[in-house]
Parts: sequence; structure tokens; C-alpha cells
Amino acid sequence: MYPKDLLYSKTHEWVKKNEDGTVYVGLTDFAQSELGELVFVNLPEEGDAVTAEESFADVESVKAVSDVNSPVTGTVIAVNEELLDAPQNINEQPYDAWLIQVGDVEGFEDLMDADAYEAFIAEQ
Amino acid sequence: MKLVFERGLEGQFQKIMPECDVPVYEGSDAFKREGKLNLPHLSENELSRHYTEIAKRVHGVNDGFYPLGSCTMKYNPKINEDMAALTGFTGIHPLQPTYSVQGCLEALKVTEEYLAEIAGMDAVTLQPAAGAHGEFTGLLLIKKYLESIGAAERKKIIVPDSAHGTNPASAVMCGFEIVNIPSGEDGCVDLEALKKAVGPDTAGLMLTNPNTVGVFDKNILQITEIVHEAGGLCYYDGANLNAVMGVVRPGDMGFDCIHINLHKTFSTPHGGGGPGSGPVGCKAFLAKYLPGIRVAELEEGLVAGTAEETMGNVKAFGGNFLVVIKAMTYIMTLGREGIPEASKNAVLNANYMMSRLKDLYTMAYDVTCMHEFVMTLDKLHKETGISALDIAKGLLDNGIHPPTMYFPLIVHEALMIEPTETESKESIDAAVEVFRNLYHMAYENPEALHEAPTKTPVRRLDEVRAARTPILKYDFNA
Amino acid sequence: MGSYVPTSPAEREEMLRSIGVPTVEALYDNVPSEMLLSRPLNLPEGLSELEVANKVSAIAEKNIVFKTVLRGAGAYRHHIPSIVKSVVNKEQLVTAYTPYQAEISQGILQSIFEYQTMICSLTGMDVSNASVYDGATAAAESVAMCIERKKTKAYISATVNPAYLDVVKTYCYGSGVPLTIIPEKNGVTDPEALKAALAGDSACFISQQPNFYGMMEDAAALGEITHGAGAKYVMICNPISLGICKTPAEYGADVAVGEGQPLGMPIAFGGPYLGFMAAKSQMARKLPGRIVGQTVDKEGKRGFVLTLQAREQHIRREKASSNICSNQALCALTAAVYLSAMGQKGLAQAATLCTSKAHYFAQQLCAIPGVEMVHEGEYFHEFVTTLPKTEEVLAELESEGILGGYPTEKGVLWCVTEVVTKAELDRAAAIVKEVLAR
Repeated sequence: MYPKDLLYSKTHEWVKKNEDGTVYVGLTDFAQSELGELVFVNLPEEGDAVTAEESFADVESVKAVSDVNSPVTGTVIAVNEELLDAPQNINEQPYDAWLIQVGDVEGFEDLMDADAYEAFIAEQ
Repeated sequence: MKLVFERGLEGQFQKIMPECDVPVYEGSDAFKREGKLNLPHLSENELSRHYTEIAKRVHGVNDGFYPLGSCTMKYNPKINEDMAALTGFTGIHPLQPTYSVQGCLEALKVTEEYLAEIAGMDAVTLQPAAGAHGEFTGLLLIKKYLESIGAAERKKIIVPDSAHGTNPASAVMCGFEIVNIPSGEDGCVDLEALKKAVGPDTAGLMLTNPNTVGVFDKNILQITEIVHEAGGLCYYDGANLNAVMGVVRPGDMGFDCIHINLHKTFSTPHGGGGPGSGPVGCKAFLAKYLPGIRVAELEEGLVAGTAEETMGNVKAFGGNFLVVIKAMTYIMTLGREGIPEASKNAVLNANYMMSRLKDLYTMAYDVTCMHEFVMTLDKLHKETGISALDIAKGLLDNGIHPPTMYFPLIVHEALMIEPTETESKESIDAAVEVFRNLYHMAYENPEALHEAPTKTPVRRLDEVRAARTPILKYDFNA
Repeated sequence: MGSYVPTSPAEREEMLRSIGVPTVEALYDNVPSEMLLSRPLNLPEGLSELEVANKVSAIAEKNIVFKTVLRGAGAYRHHIPSIVKSVVNKEQLVTAYTPYQAEISQGILQSIFEYQTMICSLTGMDVSNASVYDGATAAAESVAMCIERKKTKAYISATVNPAYLDVVKTYCYGSGVPLTIIPEKNGVTDPEALKAALAGDSACFISQQPNFYGMMEDAAALGEITHGAGAKYVMICNPISLGICKTPAEYGADVAVGEGQPLGMPIAFGGPYLGFMAAKSQMARKLPGRIVGQTVDKEGKRGFVLTLQAREQHIRREKASSNICSNQALCALTAAVYLSAMGQKGLAQAATLCTSKAHYFAQQLCAIPGVEMVHEGEYFHEFVTTLPKTEEVLAELESEGILGGYPTEKGVLWCVTEVVTKAELDRAAAIVKEVLAR
């Protein structure tokens, strides 16, 4: 159910490692279903520093706003501007709809693999 | 129905302005408008009919029960409107010489004195235009005071998690940081959590009492004492003042400043979202920082001035003056007996309604409430799939304005009901029947409730679409 | 009982039995007894409607309503069409709350949507909010719209209405945003000073059109300088003037704000008034307060809702950029009815009348020895003149039922609107002449 090639955080973000050492960060299917239909995404700017377990963006549904925490520490090298016009991509294809690409990534120690994340969800 | 732009004919217009009786001034082209000015073009009768249709699609206070918790939707007396429409008030320029505005200054002075007495404060400014505007003002008074005593490093405002969203937003606008503290199981302030939260960086606490779950916090004196001992000030959000007028005063609870919503407690109409008025009251030691017009009585009459170390104005002139006139008229009408009677009957009505519902609905806190109470529909939701929203929509089909939904945030599936003192027993009984019927309907025919409302001018609206692809004005080219 | 309580004593007894308490006072058991107010409130006794009407009317009568008003400075007496008064007194529109329950609030929501459309038409901007408290707070709120992480400083022209300037200062004091005042030269903003002041960390520059002295600024140039520094240009504008004058959008402004009082609201000793705010579409989500959007219901029928709400305080709490939660809905409605009644033609007529009469009056005044225009250049319906014996002249005018211009440091700031007739202007000028000849 959860893609095997990704790593996951306890706050329901996923990390995809690219060959060049950078990573993509997005929201898991569990996160999007909890958040409901998203209507807007506030994204950081290229060049911003992100810190593991700290908020770097927020996503809005009609009646709520939720922080998105970064699963890794590093520097934003790209933001997915498509989401500004089409936040529903996060609802529809959560694993394609990356929010940011991060470079200079430090460590993945506290992240879970797909099995561990699935077990983590089951406990919730 | 049609938009005003979709009515009438191009070229049609109302003859309101006369011909020019002096030479027409043709200004320089550099300052002339180039683009077309798209405005409606209709006759007076068409325009009048348009707004009559608009008004039919609005539920006003007199269209039925309006128990919108925290908003105090009481009856808006007609005499108030008449008084505010007097030319002696509406025709006065805000920058007239003092001798020519003695009546305005008297109205300000009298109303300030009334409100100070009711709130247990020493001074009041009528300048803020709304509750949130009052919060901003009150917090800046605190900021100014702290700076003046060399305590500018006190940056933190403590806000319980049950607070109105404006509280933290106002504090941040004043440069403060927020410390959220969890409420206790009884919905009241958790004294231990408060004690942990206060310290040398505490600027103050923002609180409403009765609180947002409709309960009078019996520890209030300890709460304000804890904050004061830590060197902070106590701010009272006056949203719920309608419960306690003439019974107990925020000033006597230990609060240092307060905002009052004239559009809630003092019967001025809400106007579909404004204009309101959010006067701020304070203890004497804060009075010299107040904004707005300070009225003083001298031998030659009333004079208008500013406070000696004013924090600066929050509005261009003296406030929403005509709203103040309505509230003044209301207080004069009720007087010293009527004001406490209003509060006591608000509390009676709320407790009565709660007593008639609590065998079916789960009360978030099953204790004596003040002027409002909060139900949690968590159990109903789990058992039937019917949410607080569905019940609210079901009420619409029964001519009742729904209670406040999903607030406070600490209660799941919350409905917050505030009947106010101006509802009769008959109308409360009728509303109780509707609430009870909807409860049974949730179990017997939930589908019908999911479909509600069906009798309103429009059905449930697609809010996701509105937010994802915003259409915020009419397109004249469409 | 005079407290609008409709229940009878017998009903109240019955209600207490249902609750299970002996008295209403018992409902206040949670209140520590030492805190209970042990005396009656120190308020006068309640009064009958007739007594109240007499008492309040007597207070109103202590004010002087001037028949002729030649004073503006932020509050303008214009003609209010009868249709406006009739519509805004409709009970449902007066008494409803904020339209949270969209299905039974379509009238309010639609009227705000129409208002937003008209404000966009007037200003030429892309998007308008549902209004804020007044023109001064609209200007103050515009600063927060422009602040970004690397753009943290605000600038405002010295020619902005001082009452607005004061409020902008207060808001900046609150948020900690440094505010710099750009000096004026000959009654308009000094563009050189603006150029010298702005830097890479400048968030916005605010000017007013026409400005406090009535003068038309070279707003296009000010906008260019502002944009050159990478900052946003905010214009405070007079809505009546926009019937004929260049729009903030045409000047290149990013945000347009102003006082909506001239659009059908009485001067009423300062309030309630109406702050309008409009912006270019890129800044739509930065607008504070309520915004109404069009959508459809589940049957596909057009309807309106409060939208983009996740920007607001009730959701974002301490992360919201503004705490505003109400708007001035009834005042916004007033403006919308006013603009609908006037139409493009009527508004242009009103604007032309104002500026023509102001120019006529300026001419009459300046024909009087000792009275001269203080500034050179284009003005709309306000202007500053020198006026010897200011106090005496104003007092004499007042004794004749005329509220003269507003005394400022630079001279007297006169204002003429369409409601003042040529005969009244001639009479006012004659009085000035007479006093100065004494």
C-alpha cells in the first residue's frame, strides 16, 4: 500500500531519494485523506533552509490549515509550483505531488521504511 | 436570483445629481480615468426590487430563533435605530469645533461611564470598531504599559486552547508571542498548567469568563492572581459579558482591561457582519495610554482631548459613533434594574434549554451553564454518521439559525447554543422540539439529514470549488 | 420589565423547576460569593421609550448641525439618495450576523459579492475584500499585506491624512514594522526623497490620491520609484474622485484602499464608516478579512460563500496576518446601493460637480485680498488657502450656519462637495471678504 522506495516520517511526510543525492518531499496518502480536499498550499522559496521535524509549508483545506514538517534537514533547491494552481494533485496523486526538492541533505536516521510506516499507521 | 449587474439596460440611469451651477472644471488629461467604469444601470424601482429580493434571502434576528453561540443575537430594539438616525448625530462632522459637538461629547462621556460601571473598570475608550479591534487596542495598552515600566522583555501572552481565534491573532499583531495552555477536563483553566506557563517573560493572559464552553471559571481570582504575581496583566475578552452584567464585574475578577462588544451585549444590530463597536475599558493605571477622544468636563463645557501618553489611535476618528448611540439608548432604557435582569434571564434561558435537551444530546460539560452551553455530537456522529454540520443544516429547514459549530476547538463536533434573554419560553420550547426531532431523525433517517437543507434558496454549496478556483467578482465580459 | 425579556414570572418559575434550582441566583453558584456585586449598578433607573427618546433627543440637540459644510479632511458630506436609506434600513439586512450559514445568508453574501465587484470597477483592481473598519485601518492593514521575510520596512508620504498616518503608526508600533515618513514638497510627496529612502528591504510605500491637501500626486512616478526598489505601491484613494479620475490600477498600484464613507454614509461624528481594500490578483490571498466567492450548490445552482477562509484568524490563529473577523457589511451594502443608484453617469456627475464647485470657490476666495492658494497644481475637491484672521473668519462663518475649512499648519483646508450650491459658496465668500475687510 505504501511505496517501498520511499521513507516516511511520523508526521506523515514521505521522502524520495534521487540518484543525485537530492530528495523529493511530499505528503502521504494517509495525510491527504486526513486533511481532506486541499484548496491551497503555502510553499517555501528556493534557497530556504529546512530543518528536520520543523514546519516548512502549510496546506489548507476549506476549514483548516495544517503545517507540513520537513522530514530532513537541507536546502530547498526546487518547489513544485504546479501545486499552487492544483493543490488537488496532493489528494489525487500524493506520491507524484512532491512539495519540495531538497539538497545538501543530512541524515535519514529517524525515518521509517514502508513496512514500519504501515505498522505506525495501524497503531494510530 | 440575478446579480445587480444582470438587471436593467445600458444607458438607463437615475436622475439624482443636478446640472452644474458653476463653470464645469475640465482637469488635466493626465489625471483622467481611462478605463470604463462598470457599474449597474437600472431604474430606482428595479434597484429597489433587487434589494427586496436580496433581503428575502437573509435570516435576520426577527426571522426566527437565532441561538448563535458567542454572538449574542438578541433583539435589536427599534428605539435605538431611531435615536441613531437623529440628524443631531448623523449630520455632525467629526472635526467640528468643540462648542458645536457638546451633545456628541456628552454621549461619549455618558456611555463610557455606563460601560465602566458595568465592567468594573475606571476608564473606557469608544474608538475600537469591533471586538477584535478592541483586543488589539487592549493588548497595545498592555504593551505600552510594560514598556513604560521597563518591562519590554515581557513578550508572551498566555491563551487557553479554548480561546477565540482572534485572541492569538491580535496578540501577534501587537508583537507578542503566544503560549497556548491546555484547558482542564472541566473546560476551565488548568491552574497547574497556568503556573508552569507564567514567568519573567509573561506579558499577560487573555481570557473570557464565563469561558467559551459557557462555564464560569470558579478559580478566576486565583487565575488573575497567578498572572499578576508573575508580573503579567490580565485581559478580559468581553464576548460573554451578557451572562454577568450587574452580577459580577470583570474588574472585580482581577482583570486589568477588557473589550466589550456593543453589538453583542448591548443590543446593537450586527448588520450582516458589521458595523459593530468594541470599546475598551481599563483600570486607572492604564488610562493614560488610551486611544481616541478623551472627554473632560470643564467650566465652559465638555472638551475633547487625547490621553497624555496615548498608544496612538486605532481608527481615524472617535469610533463607530452611531453604534455607540444605540448602546447608550439601550442602557438608558434598561437602567440599573434592567441590565442585571437581561443577564439573569439570558442565563435562565440557556439553562432551561439545556435542561430540556440533555437527556438526548450529550453536553460537553454537564454543569450549570451561564448564558450559553456547548453540546458534543461526537457520540451521535459515531453512531449515525450525522455530524454537527448535518444537524445545523437540518435546523435551517426548520427556520432556525444554527448554533455556532465546531467551536470551541477543544470540543469535538461542538454545537454552541446561546438563546439570549430576548427569546420567549414558547420559542425555546419550539426550538427544543426541533432539536429533539432532528436527533431522532439522525437514527431513523440519516440520509434525509445528509440532504438538508432542501427548503432554502440554495442547497449546500461547494466550498472546495469556491476556494480552489476563486471567483471573487462578476465578469462583465462573460 | 424594560429589558426586552418576554417570559412571564410564572414561566420563569416553571423553567427553574425544569432546571431543578430554586432561584435564578442559584445559577450563579460557581461565582465566588465575595466577588458578587453586593450593590445595585450605579446606573440611572430604566426609562420608558418616550422618556428615552426625549433624553437622547435632548443630547442630540446640544450639537450644531451646520447647514453648509465646507470641511472635509477625511469625512465628506455628500447627497445620500433616498433609495440608499430605504435599502439599508431593511430589517433582515440590519440584524443578521456574519453569513456563516451560507444557505440562509445568500442575500448578504450576494450583496458583498456585488460590492466587491463594484470596488474592483472603481479602483481597476482585480480583487476586493468584503471591507474593513475605515479608510485609516484599511491603510494600516495594507502594510501587513506587503511585509515579507526580506521586505520588512514600510514608508508613507507626509501628505497622507494625518488621522490615517496616526493609525498606520499605531499598527506598525504593534507589529514592530519600522515606518518612515517621506517628506512633502509643495503639497505633494517629494519624489527625490522617496527615491533616496527606499532600499532593497522596503516592503511598501503608501500615498494618497488626492492627498490630504486635496492635491493630485504624480502617482505614476511615485509608483515607478517604488517598484524600482522592489516594493509594493499602496494608494489611498477617494472613491467619488474615481468617477472621473485615473484609477490606482492605471497608476500601477498593487493595493488600493480608501474611505468608503462618501458612498452614501453620513458623516456622523466619525463613524460607522467603511474601509475598502482591493489588490492585484497576485496579492488576493494577502487581503485581510472576509472575502465572498461564487460557487454552485449541489444542484448546480449559483450561490455565494465566504471563501479563502483558511487565511483568517479563526483558522490560522496566531499565524494569521490580521485579527480582523468582521467586516462593515451594512456599510459595504450602503456603498453598493449608492453606486448602483448613481451608476457610472451619476458618479461621474457627482465627481465633476465636486471638483467644479471646489475650483469655483477657490477662485472666489482667492479674489479676496489676503487669501491665496498655498499650493500650485491640480487638486480635486479640497485645497488649502492662506486665511488671515482664521479664527475670526471661521467663527463668523459658523455663526451664519457655515462650517468653514479645517485649520491646518499650512493654512485652511477647504472642501466643496456637490451638495453645496453656488449661492451658498457666494455667501461664504462674501462673509470671508467682509470679515477680512473689517
